[in-house]
Amino acid sequence: MISHLIPRVLSKLLIPLIMLFALYVQFHGDYGPGGGFQAGVIFGSGIILYALLFGLDEAKEVFRPRVLEILVALGVVLYGGVGVAAIFAGGNFLAYSALAHEPTHGQHLGILLVELGVGTTVAAVMATIFFQFAGRGRTDD
Amino acid sequence: MEGLWALISDDLPALQIAVPLLAATLCVLIRRPTAAWAVAMVVAWSSFANAGVLLHRVLTTGTISYVEGGWPVPWGIELRIDLLNALVLLVVTGICAIVLLAAPRSIDAEIPRDKQYLFYAVYLLCMTGLAGMTVTGDAFNIFVFLEISSLSSYALVSQGRTPRALTAAIQYLVMGTIGGTFILLGIGMLYMVTGTLNIVDLANQLALVGPNRTVMVAAACIAMGVGIKLAVFPLHIWLPNAYTYAPAIVTAFIAATSTKVAYYVLVRFAFSIFRINQTFDGAHSSAIAMMLGIAAMFAGSLVAIYQDDVKRMLAYSSVAQIGYMILGLSFANEYGLTGGLVHLFNHAIMKCGLFLVLACVLLRMGSTRLSAFAGLGRRMPLTFAAFVLGGLSLVGVPLTVGFVSKWYLVLGALEAGLWPVAVLILLSSILALVYIWRVVEVGYFKAPPEGADAITEAPFSMLLPTWILIGSTLVFGVWTSLSVGVASAAARMLIGGGS
Amino acid sequence: MIEWGLYNYWVVIFLMMTGLYVVIARGNLIKKIIGLNIFQVSVIMFYVSMGKVRGGTAPIEAAGFEVYSNPLPHVLMLTAIVVGVATSALALALVVRIKETYGTIEEDEIRRIEADEDAS
Repeated sequence: MISHLIPRVLSKLLIPLIMLFALYVQFHGDYGPGGGFQAGVIFGSGIILYALLFGLDEAKEVFRPRVLEILVALGVVLYGGVGVAAIFAGGNFLAYSALAHEPTHGQHLGILLVELGVGTTVAAVMATIFFQFAGRGRTDD
Repeated sequence: MEGLWALISDDLPALQIAVPLLAATLCVLIRRPTAAWAVAMVVAWSSFANAGVLLHRVLTTGTISYVEGGWPVPWGIELRIDLLNALVLLVVTGICAIVLLAAPRSIDAEIPRDKQYLFYAVYLLCMTGLAGMTVTGDAFNIFVFLEISSLSSYALVSQGRTPRALTAAIQYLVMGTIGGTFILLGIGMLYMVTGTLNIVDLANQLALVGPNRTVMVAAACIAMGVGIKLAVFPLHIWLPNAYTYAPAIVTAFIAATSTKVAYYVLVRFAFSIFRINQTFDGAHSSAIAMMLGIAAMFAGSLVAIYQDDVKRMLAYSSVAQIGYMILGLSFANEYGLTGGLVHLFNHAIMKCGLFLVLACVLLRMGSTRLSAFAGLGRRMPLTFAAFVLGGLSLVGVPLTVGFVSKWYLVLGALEAGLWPVAVLILLSSILALVYIWRVVEVGYFKAPPEGADAITEAPFSMLLPTWILIGSTLVFGVWTSLSVGVASAAARMLIGGGS
Repeated sequence: MIEWGLYNYWVVIFLMMTGLYVVIARGNLIKKIIGLNIFQVSVIMFYVSMGKVRGGTAPIEAAGFEVYSNPLPHVLMLTAIVVGVATSALALALVVRIKETYGTIEEDEIRRIEADEDAS
């Protein structure tokens, strides 16, 4: 493999920033433009950039496919779980207001958790799709 | 328990979607095929029970409306269950539950064991999409759930044993995506005209706007998109390949559910949203639908007669049966629509039963070609008897469900004053007799091939669901108060313009 | 300010017909998927341009603005984009497997291989 020195050094600087930006988009999404889907894609692109420059095996060491698969499922569980939790709290499905004593608090909590679920799933799905395609036909494991 | 029931009893419509979705992720997390199957079984059967409770509730207290997240209608997403979709929901969840009984034995032969948990996860996702499409009261939601169910069915179809499953899946995917995108476009135009996506509100607004050009184009786009998903005659080319090369269980599942839900969507758009018999001059669209339906009845049956593979034969027969449903819709009167909806119910049961018979044959014989059926009447008597009964139902012999639906279709044709169409319905039944008879003849009167002595009856776990379905074709052929009762009440409501 | 009329619909129609033509006319499966994507993007364009209100600003509440664009179509298209991503990923996965089994992604060659199989 050719050692792409300059991209590698630059990306080492950039990838933390990309991931930080993803988290900003994630948690700013309650109030302004942003949200779990966009954040997940940005976070996933950080993982993909890492895999492009340092090789698939290195990336798989950091983000294990098995863990990613669990994260894909867990994000959906978080989303659906909030919805079902709202039912048990006495409201309708996904009625955030029922989640806490005060409706506004419940809405904050609900949207935060739901978006976190979306973000987790999307980031893990993006990375998984990339790993699946990139890993195809290279090794026979 | 009491407290729990009090808590969730109002939320059953939402749980119909949420529980299969969460269970699908659970299947991914546990990764063991048997445990995943157990989860899927529990969820599918409880969804079936849930659908039964909902139908009962609709029958006793009327239409159920449920707002997700507590946002008021028409801004929030509404789940709305009336007689029409309660019936469809019962069929879909029932088929999901019964097919799952046969799944473990059948997919052991077709899908590697370490991938089976994913099969159950995708199966549950498909069920989520189908149930969601049925219960939702929001036009855009229909598109979203349609794509969830379609994407998972592409994945399921591609799991077949032969490489042909891959090409069949990609053909299905390309056509299905075009169909889905047309539906999306049509819904967008409706939103542009009315500014709402709630189905009831949409219908009210459209009645005020009237049939202007944008609405007409929207109707055309939606009809075209749903037509592809429903495999209406000239748009059916994805169906035979997808059904033939998919794993046997998947064929039984998809054949009995996805086209049925697509038919439901067509009826919902035509009668609840566009109110085609009131707001619009429906004569042209009815004439087109009638011609397509009749063409499908004959073309599908004729092609089915010349097939060597019984699975493919039944796939073409499905094209023909969809023709009957379209024909029922095209009469736009109460009897015709009742016939179409009853046929939705009946065809789901009998086709699922027949495809499960083929799953048994495939498991034991390794093939579903006509030659594999030689002497099967003696080798696998129970399985083959199920095929004969299901086949008779497909032909429309009295005392089977096929007769009930054809009876109402003929009544609908006569009420519309179209007696030649009634004659054509009877004529096309003779074609069904021809292709069923070919298999029966081979099964009972042809000597089994060499080395077929080892063939034994199919395992109990697959015979049971097959006979549940075939038995219900006889039960619902005689006792019609559930199928016809609900369908005719739904048809009356739709023709009356209610929703 | 120049009045452009309803040019957005022309863009939508152009993209849509391009996509549909590519899906129908090209035998290469990857090109078919690209055509499918263009087709889907045209509908996304349709929704997004529908949501624009003339003179309206981004739909974030701020002092001094009265007219906002309609955010709902944009949100709907977020879902449609997700559907598009999922469709493309699934389609590409199928194409990869077709390439591995048949050794080609040209539709006419696949058909020929299948016809040979049927004949033998």
